[in-house]
Amino acid sequence: MFFGLPITGETIAFFLLALIIIVSAVFMLSLTNVMHMAVSLVGVFLGVAGVFILLGADFVGLVQIMVYAGAITILMVFSLMLTHRGLGEHAVREVGAMRGTTTFAGIAVLVAIVLYAIRNAQWPGNTTALQPFHQSTVTLIANAIFQQYTVPFELVSAVLTVALVGSVVIARKEE
Amino acid sequence: MALQPFLALAAILFGLGLYGALTKRNLIIVLISIEMMLNAANINLVAFAHFLPKPNIEGQVYALFNIAIAAAEVAVGLAILLSFFRTRDTSDVRDMNSMKW
Repeated sequence: MFFGLPITGETIAFFLLALIIIVSAVFMLSLTNVMHMAVSLVGVFLGVAGVFILLGADFVGLVQIMVYAGAITILMVFSLMLTHRGLGEHAVREVGAMRGTTTFAGIAVLVAIVLYAIRNAQWPGNTTALQPFHQSTVTLIANAIFQQYTVPFELVSAVLTVALVGSVVIARKEE
Repeated sequence: MALQPFLALAAILFGLGLYGALTKRNLIIVLISIEMMLNAANINLVAFAHFLPKPNIEGQVYALFNIAIAAAEVAVGLAILLSFFRTRDTSDVRDMNSMKW
């Protein structure tokens, strides 16, 4: 038993992924070179994708890898390159120690309360199945998106178009 | 496997992202921290979709919508950053005060 959980392959995989996610996130917050920060971000995104796949959401996990670990990280790296003269430059001035400590303490209290609540609340029973759905998740997601959530889906496509055009207009050089 | 470890992981990741968003000065790092918080929310959505007494796909659909909106948000945020950097030559959040009176 490990943290009250039986030791199975799933548990070991979960704790490895959680370790990767948290270590990468702490690295991201503590490194001083912004380029290293962006690279450790990939660890967080890949770890979260692994958690999705562990939860039986294979399609969402692959979308996470494509959109986050692929597109968003590259976008971040490009904008870091465009806004930093000389990439060896260290991160800009940090907040004062007083404010940093206060923020950390406040967030630690918040997270501790949430963890306590999670530990003591009644949750729906354990599922032993790695994949609780009886069909492939791609089929189920397609049915949900194209039948039940058609209008939100179309709205998302409108939002993406507006964001694309808007960001081109905003980032363009003024003539 | 139970539901609680996933919720705990999401809570810790959210806390780390919140700390980064509140204390970092570089606008890109703030955006990255916000992405980490959105990822924590997605873990919660997918975990609940998996562990409900009657497993339901809708949590995954919401996570997909969330990812799409987050990508749009990053694109617009970085475009604003580029245009800001072009006029002010800095990416510090404290220098973004030109719309304040």
